[in-house]
Amino acid sequence: MAYNDKILDHYNNPRNVGTLDRNSERVGTGIVGAPECGDVMKLQIMIDDHENIVDAKFKTFGCGSAIASSSLATEWIKGRTLDEALEIKNTDIVRELALPPVKIHCSVLAEDAIKAAITDLKAKRAARPTGAVAATAAK
Amino acid sequence: MRRVYLDNNATTPVDPQVLDAMLPYFREKFGNAASRSHAFGWEAEEAVENARQQVAAVLGAEAKEIIWTSGASESNNIAIKGVAEKYAEKGRHIITQITEHKAVIDPCKYLEQHGCRVTFLPVDKYGRIDLQQLAAAIKDDTVLVSIMHGNNEIGTLQPVGEIGKLCKQRGVLFHTDGCQTFGKVPIDVNEMGIDLLSLSGHKIHGPKGVGALYVRRKRPRVICEAIIHGGGHERNMRSGTLNVPGIVGLGTAAELCRLHMDTEPARLAALRDRLWTALSSQLDNAILNGHATDRTPSNLNVSFAYVEGESLMMGINDIAVSSGSACTSASLEPSYVLKALGVGDELAHSSIRFSVGRFNTEADIDYTAERVVTAVRKLRAMSPLYEMAQEGVDLTKVEWAHP
Repeated sequence: MAYNDKILDHYNNPRNVGTLDRNSERVGTGIVGAPECGDVMKLQIMIDDHENIVDAKFKTFGCGSAIASSSLATEWIKGRTLDEALEIKNTDIVRELALPPVKIHCSVLAEDAIKAAITDLKAKRAARPTGAVAATAAK
Repeated sequence: MRRVYLDNNATTPVDPQVLDAMLPYFREKFGNAASRSHAFGWEAEEAVENARQQVAAVLGAEAKEIIWTSGASESNNIAIKGVAEKYAEKGRHIITQITEHKAVIDPCKYLEQHGCRVTFLPVDKYGRIDLQQLAAAIKDDTVLVSIMHGNNEIGTLQPVGEIGKLCKQRGVLFHTDGCQTFGKVPIDVNEMGIDLLSLSGHKIHGPKGVGALYVRRKRPRVICEAIIHGGGHERNMRSGTLNVPGIVGLGTAAELCRLHMDTEPARLAALRDRLWTALSSQLDNAILNGHATDRTPSNLNVSFAYVEGESLMMGINDIAVSSGSACTSASLEPSYVLKALGVGDELAHSSIRFSVGRFNTEADIDYTAERVVTAVRKLRAMSPLYEMAQEGVDLTKVEWAHP
């Protein structure tokens, strides 16, 4: 399959490859896909006090389209609030990268990865003892 | 840009000597080999018979035992469907195995839908069948055993000599798909007890669109019912005006293989081993698929764990290879051959087939190794699986979130 320039660009110069501290209260981690399916995406987000996404990192095992989809996703979510990040749809990724039908599942996975990271972050913060941050701040 | 072709198990470039031999048969020697009434036909017929001799010589066969076809797929179809129909009164059971090429599997499945019983034997982790299982599978109504000589994806060689011997003892015909071994691995149809053998021109630096089927004429005399009727060419087993330039090309290509049989397969195997040594010494978790030694000299199949095959091919896009990854096919299923070996789906997705040919050099191999090592390291640096494995996570115990 011949790839278009946008996919090749993300493949050759992937944005935001890396790892954030998964134990940080400000970091949410989403891991979606499965090795036996040929795609695994790990997408991480870091927020500031106002729930703005200030950093995003990814690592992906998968084809060029999967790498490009996750690279693009990290690029798009940086600077957004959590609610704004949830507005990203896989069809937006399909359109931007001009993914062929056989690669649409890569964009679905990227959308799922964003959602999984946000879900993880929210669950982590909900589980936090009430007032813990305030108490820490008071010290 | 430098380009390296390492997909010689898919097809090979035509040898210039082959092309030179073919050209007169497109130009002045254009006759129909079946025209018995003039010199144009005679010279075409002479060329066809010479090529028949050249192909037969590689197999230790008689020239008359060679039937021209359009390629190995057609040869496999004639052998399997032709025998099944011709010997239907004797029995309707066929034995093959699960890592065959689709050109064997699909005719067998077709026959299953038309009243035949087919046994698909499993293979071990190297891709070889178990001879005792084969012996046990042969029943009174078994008419044909079809087991390939060398596998196209993983290169594993089946013990055809022993299979042939077993089939002789049990009075069953033995067909082998030899298109990955013809001209590269020594074959003697009499010593090996082979009754039918499929081969192809374009796998041995001959042209595409031409192949042959060896059909034994003595002890026993084998006859295949034709699939294509009309004119009774090729001992009534394959009608149609002969592709004279293609046949001349196949004959010349076979002759070149025979002349260099003492040196060229060893040279190919040395290139293959040079590549494997370079890759396995520089990369951890590079896993050889197939058998370490009982394999075709041209084939190297490696799974680079934690890296998906198609993304690796993108990273080495000036080198032509193929992958067992699902992403290279429309089916989204990884290679059925690797799965049959018990290679996990994740490693099947990570597999790359490198296959060397006559025009590859050591410089090609060294360049390829360097490019592959660089690409694998880059992709592992962005692989969540590699990261988890480095952290000591057992990937088989992770509960993956299936989309």
